[in-house]
Amino acid sequence: MSDINLKKVGAAAEKRALPAAVWPLVALAVILIIDVIISPSFFSIRVVEGRLYGSLVDILYRGTPPALIAMGMAIVIGSRGIDLSVGSVVAMSGAVMAALIHGDLSPVIIVFGTLGMGLICGLWNGTLVAVLGIQPIIATLILMVSGRGIALMINGGRIPTFRSEFFEFVSTGSIWVIPTRLFLVAFVLLVLWLLLRKTAFGLFVESVGSNTQAARLSGIGTRVVTLSAYGIVGMCAALAGMVITGDTRSSDAVYAGVDSELDAILAVVLGGGSLNGGRIYLGTTLIGVLIIQALTTSILMSGLPPEYNKLVKAIVILVVLLLQAPKFRTAVTALFRTGKGKAKS
Amino acid sequence: MNQANEPRISMRGITKVFPGVRALEDVSFTLAPGEIHALMGENGAGKSTLVKVLTGVYQPDAGTIELDGQPVEFASPVEAQAAGINTVYQEVNLVPTLSVAENLMIQRQASFRGLINWRRTRELARKALQRLNLDIDVGRSLGSYSLAIQQMVAIARALDRETKVLVLDEPTASLDAKEVEALFTVLRDIKKQGIAIVFITHFLDQVYAISDRVTVLRNGRFVGTGPIAEVPRMKLVTMMLGRQVSGQTSDHPPVDSIKTDGAPLFEAKDVGRSRYLNPIDFTLRTGEVVGLAGLLGSGRTETSKLVFGAVKADSGQIRLDGKPVTLRSPAHAIRCGLGFCPEDRKHEGLILDLTVRENIILALQSKRGWLHRVGEAEQNRLASEMIAALGIATPDAEKRVGQLSGGNQQKVILARWLVSEPRMLILDEPTRGIDIGAHAEIVALIRKLCREGLALLVASSELEEIVAFSHRVLVMRDRSKVKEIVGDDITQSAIVEAIANS
Repeated sequence: MSDINLKKVGAAAEKRALPAAVWPLVALAVILIIDVIISPSFFSIRVVEGRLYGSLVDILYRGTPPALIAMGMAIVIGSRGIDLSVGSVVAMSGAVMAALIHGDLSPVIIVFGTLGMGLICGLWNGTLVAVLGIQPIIATLILMVSGRGIALMINGGRIPTFRSEFFEFVSTGSIWVIPTRLFLVAFVLLVLWLLLRKTAFGLFVESVGSNTQAARLSGIGTRVVTLSAYGIVGMCAALAGMVITGDTRSSDAVYAGVDSELDAILAVVLGGGSLNGGRIYLGTTLIGVLIIQALTTSILMSGLPPEYNKLVKAIVILVVLLLQAPKFRTAVTALFRTGKGKAKS
Repeated sequence: MNQANEPRISMRGITKVFPGVRALEDVSFTLAPGEIHALMGENGAGKSTLVKVLTGVYQPDAGTIELDGQPVEFASPVEAQAAGINTVYQEVNLVPTLSVAENLMIQRQASFRGLINWRRTRELARKALQRLNLDIDVGRSLGSYSLAIQQMVAIARALDRETKVLVLDEPTASLDAKEVEALFTVLRDIKKQGIAIVFITHFLDQVYAISDRVTVLRNGRFVGTGPIAEVPRMKLVTMMLGRQVSGQTSDHPPVDSIKTDGAPLFEAKDVGRSRYLNPIDFTLRTGEVVGLAGLLGSGRTETSKLVFGAVKADSGQIRLDGKPVTLRSPAHAIRCGLGFCPEDRKHEGLILDLTVRENIILALQSKRGWLHRVGEAEQNRLASEMIAALGIATPDAEKRVGQLSGGNQQKVILARWLVSEPRMLILDEPTRGIDIGAHAEIVALIRKLCREGLALLVASSELEEIVAFSHRVLVMRDRSKVKEIVGDDITQSAIVEAIANS
């Protein structure tokens, strides 16, 4: 039976021949259009103190940490995994960063130390999944729970604050008029894209995610591939931690990156990624991040009380997901078609 | 067969069009009560589509269906079932973790005020199985029984409803000879009750063993129908293929091509794994095909997997080019020049989400490592070369491999290994679930590869095939090699004898 469904879905997809990016883009456009209706000055962008300001810029700016995490998440989900610990990794790497800044080390060492923390966390998760064969959701849940405790320990139970020109520049500074952190996202996107599409790594991750056993029998080192995927998402979360911690100039073990795993997973799914693994869509995942961020910004702007934030977000995301679901689309088009057919005859 | 009987099913002028494909065009099919009617044709001939139209999965674009003389239209499988048309699919769609009784009585448990009466349910289940002369513990989970029993349970479930027509889609694909015989006994019994059976298979022997009539489809069109006694084998094959079969598949490879001298490429000595495969010895030379024959569970697949390193051997020694190696993993085996087409294409072979092109270059890519990506131009060239060389029927290399038919999927896996340029290729059941046309092509391909100097180890449950391409045959039984037959001594009867007596 599943064969038939596959064929139907395949046939339908081919007939439409729309690129996968269309639905998320449509959703984003709709949200932005509604924003303009609510607030006509929504699209206005101005330069204040040598930096761009405006609602659109704000969406991009605030979307940076989730974007960094979501790109890594897209890879892990492509390998049929998931990483629930990214929020805790944000906190831990932020704590490491604050500690190193207090140690008066050079920024290069601090960057490597912070990324190293993320990498270690990722490899820990990857080892549980790839070597010990623990289900990803449970394996990463362990670090999700314990990670904030570790971050608290690194912080010594306080919320250490710091001043660092370099990290303030990375997080809140700007190059020419454009916020530095946007360059960071572009850079990570470029690196990951090169890794996925200009080496065979992407093919290997997608093979492992789609059919691990077949991938192994084709000679792919499935463990190393899975391990690498978790290592990458760990480093992505550490980068997000750097941006968040640099922004607040303090390492908050309890609140840094809270709920970021949920936003990242949602962004991947909005971007067309399947939790059953198989394909990695970096571009549409970023669109997914923008949808979520635009929603948050719009709700705040519209004057709705903040308690509506999560509810409205959930409803909009449900609608987008329905639009993407082949079953739902076929049902809706069938409805329209029978309507038209009756009208004609 | 009483032809004067009113037909139970009469399908006329059935046409079904899918985007880009005419799956059925003006096909007619009649089914009399109490007959076993074989439905035959190559992959893509339209057998499955016709059955799905009959069982309400698809609605025809044109044509009529009559059941007992009354025109019917089925909007869904549920409606077809209500009318008495039941289907047992190739892949048994039961729940292996539930008990036999639960599987049988799903949605129909005997209940008392909304609570399930388990004793009564089990009793009903037992009764349902008794119709098939099957006496098993219905409380045990279905998955703990063999595939044959699972198949019987599926049939019992279909029959337990009011059944006029029973459709069996490749019911024997995963059964061994004894199990097939048991199934046939049941089918003959059901037939006596006046139920009409549609039997889809690609085993010619079975068609002749059990069918009353046969209908052949080709490329979505009706080719012919007739009592099986009046359709000789050659005619049936010709109807299906639409061309004379060139070269009998029972031909031997020429005797002079048998290699007895020269250093072996691959030597296995006492290679085994406890509770998996008893130690086995064999050698394989360049340009030689060694067949692995035996019944289901005799150790054919186990041998293939140990040799490839997919399962680690815990005893014995393997030599490649005379040098001892320990194959740690498939990746290692591939770097040593081996390739392996597994029996279970869907689960161990194909990456269904990926395209034909990506599937084809996968083994070559993993041989080169992730840093040395096979360039786009090279990927496209390799894919289109293989699509042309093996005759893979796909509109283009970017189609998802899951959308191809079984035979073409098999060719994609073969292509994957051919582009990785192995020196030795292990094929486990390369023709399983493939129609007869693709079957002959793959046998021809095996011979060609062998002439080009590849060493091949081919496991197969089809003796004809083994005889057709092997220079040597290892006969397996109970996870051991029981006999090695060489050259002219390789005949079907010699292999059967070895399986039965040694």
